[in-house]
Amino acid sequence: MAIEFTVNGRRARFDGAPRMPLLWYLRDHAGLTGTKFGCGIGACGACTVLVDGAAQRSCLLPMGGLEGRGVTTIEGLARGERLHPVQQAWIEVDVAQCGYCQAGQILAAVDLLARVAEPSDQEIAALANLCRCGTYPRIRQAIRRAAELGRGGPGSR
Amino acid sequence: MSERSKSEPVTSGANGPLGLDRRAFLKVTLTATGALLVSRCAPAPAPLGDPIELGLFVRLEPDGRVVIGARSPEIGQGVKTALPMLIAEELDVDWERVTVEQLPLGLVPTSEPPGMTWKYGPQGAGGSTSIPAAWRDLRQAGAEARRRLVLAAAEQWGVEAASLVTESGSVVSGDGRRLAYAALAAGAAALGPPAEPAPLKEPMSYRIVGRPQRTVDGREIVTGAARYGLDERLPDSWVAVVARCPTFEGEIVRFDDRRARAVPGVRDVVVLSGPKPGEPITANLAPGVAVLADDTWSALEGRAALEIEWTAGPWAAESSTSLDAQCEGLLAGPMRRVHSEGDFDRARAAARQVVEGRYRVPFVSHAPLEIQNACAHVEADRVTIVAPMQQPAGASRVAHALTGVDRQRIEVRMTRVGGGFGRRLTNDFVAEAVLLSKAVGRPVQVVWTREDDLRHDWFRPFGHHHLIAALDRDGAVTGWAHRLASTSKYHRRPGVPAEEMWTPELCPDDFPSKLVPSYALEWAAVESGMVRGSWRAPAHTANAFAVQCFLDEVAHASGRDPLALRRELLGPPRELDYAQHGGPKFHTGRLAGVLEAAAERIGWGRTPPPGHGLGLAAHFTFGGYCAHALEVAVDGDGQWRIVRCVCALDVGRPINPLGVEAQAIGGTIDGLSTARSLEIRVAGGRVVNRNFSDYPLLAMRDAPDIEVIVVPSEAAPAGAGEMAIPTLAPALANALFAASGVRLRSLPIGDQLRAALAARA
Repeated sequence: MAIEFTVNGRRARFDGAPRMPLLWYLRDHAGLTGTKFGCGIGACGACTVLVDGAAQRSCLLPMGGLEGRGVTTIEGLARGERLHPVQQAWIEVDVAQCGYCQAGQILAAVDLLARVAEPSDQEIAALANLCRCGTYPRIRQAIRRAAELGRGGPGSR
Repeated sequence: MSERSKSEPVTSGANGPLGLDRRAFLKVTLTATGALLVSRCAPAPAPLGDPIELGLFVRLEPDGRVVIGARSPEIGQGVKTALPMLIAEELDVDWERVTVEQLPLGLVPTSEPPGMTWKYGPQGAGGSTSIPAAWRDLRQAGAEARRRLVLAAAEQWGVEAASLVTESGSVVSGDGRRLAYAALAAGAAALGPPAEPAPLKEPMSYRIVGRPQRTVDGREIVTGAARYGLDERLPDSWVAVVARCPTFEGEIVRFDDRRARAVPGVRDVVVLSGPKPGEPITANLAPGVAVLADDTWSALEGRAALEIEWTAGPWAAESSTSLDAQCEGLLAGPMRRVHSEGDFDRARAAARQVVEGRYRVPFVSHAPLEIQNACAHVEADRVTIVAPMQQPAGASRVAHALTGVDRQRIEVRMTRVGGGFGRRLTNDFVAEAVLLSKAVGRPVQVVWTREDDLRHDWFRPFGHHHLIAALDRDGAVTGWAHRLASTSKYHRRPGVPAEEMWTPELCPDDFPSKLVPSYALEWAAVESGMVRGSWRAPAHTANAFAVQCFLDEVAHASGRDPLALRRELLGPPRELDYAQHGGPKFHTGRLAGVLEAAAERIGWGRTPPPGHGLGLAAHFTFGGYCAHALEVAVDGDGQWRIVRCVCALDVGRPINPLGVEAQAIGGTIDGLSTARSLEIRVAGGRVVNRNFSDYPLLAMRDAPDIEVIVVPSEAAPAGAGEMAIPTLAPALANALFAASGVRLRSLPIGDQLRAALAARA
């Protein structure tokens, strides 16, 4: 029985093993390698995607549960050439070192800013995505900058 | 950059069931890799003309873009940005018009002696050497390309080259004529090799170097288009997941792969032999059973279905507890004195006061967020390797050793690397991919899991440090000894004699060598089955912790201020010989400089609020000087937090100040994460830790903001990737002592402070 859902706005069908985590479907079958594998137990958040707008660990989401859901990966965040304010802020602040965790960090930040337009320090501190390079201070800075861009602050488009 | 034409497109399963528009996917991949891996799919060049190469690193595009090759692996340390900056500066082009491409490994044969040498210069990422090496040769590469463009313009205009200048990618004559580089490229490329090196710019005229530049792959990273090793799969690859022997130097007794072979998508099961027990490790780390499948999930399911019995191995009795006991036994007895200045024993015998301290530094894992992986295709007379590596030349060597294929027929391509930290200096994962591809006769991508990665590593060595200071009646330090029992990093490294096993563990010229009247280093080998290797700033992380904590203890024991004692020992600013990596000189004034800068910023000498404490540490690592100054707060239950964290860094002339700051922040947080809670534990001759659940990297909530001070300098640049780690742990322990009166001598800190305060109450 095929599962039907959307990835980055496109309709998709899957009729493989229902236990396969979304992460491996995205990477190995959909050719969307921006979603990263870091731990496989939902601890690091490198595999974070948005499911119906909410941040989820794709390494823990079996394909069988995706019927009718809408998945957004890092590849689907920009509108054409126009970057999402969080992506724009990430570039401005020069957050990335190795960059491997940043797709997950960005989607976690998108989720946070969708829930809270101006997150407090405590709300930012609650983000649990791991960064082995230690970019946390610049992530905080970029989230604040994205909040500013999101409300039409200086430099926003 | 001729590799463009011979590169094969690398994609990962674009023909899956999603029904994504194939053209759309290719576009995504294109933005992703830049030209390197998929340029064959790129549109034909504009009709203006062909791109023209000027030397090995510069290609001028007809549309005015300047393409610069990046030779070193990008592991997050920023060299893919900083190295091309040096070339662009001397070439005299606008940084905004520069596109950077990753170069593949370049090796060329030599005749005398027969072997291989670098085509592009050194291409490793280790020891913070990329920047100092590039400072020596890559500026010259840019200057040489610029000089050829000037000569081409001089010829075209019939004027003296000396009358011409360059400006933002154009050659300009005294009478105001101007030609863009693109228009001069063909003429410049036709010029012969130079008779003598082209002159270099005076640093005063720099427009790119020394100014903050963002990482060149920034847009690719935030759009998911950047390609890491795990993202590159050669066409028709099988994915391999390996069940490796979990016991140190254990072996396979027997296994049953019937259930694994029945998993849909599984194609083959292959046994990998490992290194012989006790012998040097030159290829893969451990014996194992590999499951090869169409995709990662099938391979993982297949591995889970394997039934394997392993031997307990010769180290079955080893545990973290037994290792601690072994260290204590060694430190209690006489040890080999490996270095001596003056007469420490006499100083000790004559001392008015003797201070001693013992410190413990645990095994830790590199744990880069991108797990180990590699793609290899072994054919009859050629090998292709695509992987995230720190030593691509080592990958070429191991592939040659395992296949016999001529090294000129081994193509090694570097991806972006999801963190290195020293883990990928060795190529055991590449060896696995080569062995498996050879066994099954098709391309293979080896994929590790986090559990694999934490269990099979080249761990940072473990050891116990015993420090002794002899003080005279005035409190002056007359003797200093550092006795270390540790698991040498050189264990199972080919060709290292037993008497040299101490050399990666202690640096004889480290502080306070030559700064105290007598100084002795002693070492003893701790026997362990753990595989050891280089972990970011290797032995400096252990030794700076012991030395800089002990300095504090000496200061307190002799009634002096910790900063004053450091000043006193460093003495007047001068250069001292430093024979280990990072030398040839160590400057006491530069170490004092970072120390003073950090102390001043934190407000050293003030009385902090109740429950707060200040701590300092400074150290010289691989040519760079770093100091940390921390203010911490400790509550009555032993809960602590960092109130302020200052990191002062002197790495010579900063090439990219934004990148140096990033490394200062990242190194500090790595140091904190590790000091706070990381340890690889051993029981029953195997690693206990399984995943991030019991190897808890620091998360956002515990990461302080870092106040970075980059000390201005015109000294030749050092790297910046490793200097900011060693001093964090001792500055933290010193601050916690100042706040609570509890001296923590064993890493990680864990809940020791809470336990100590509870015991005190």
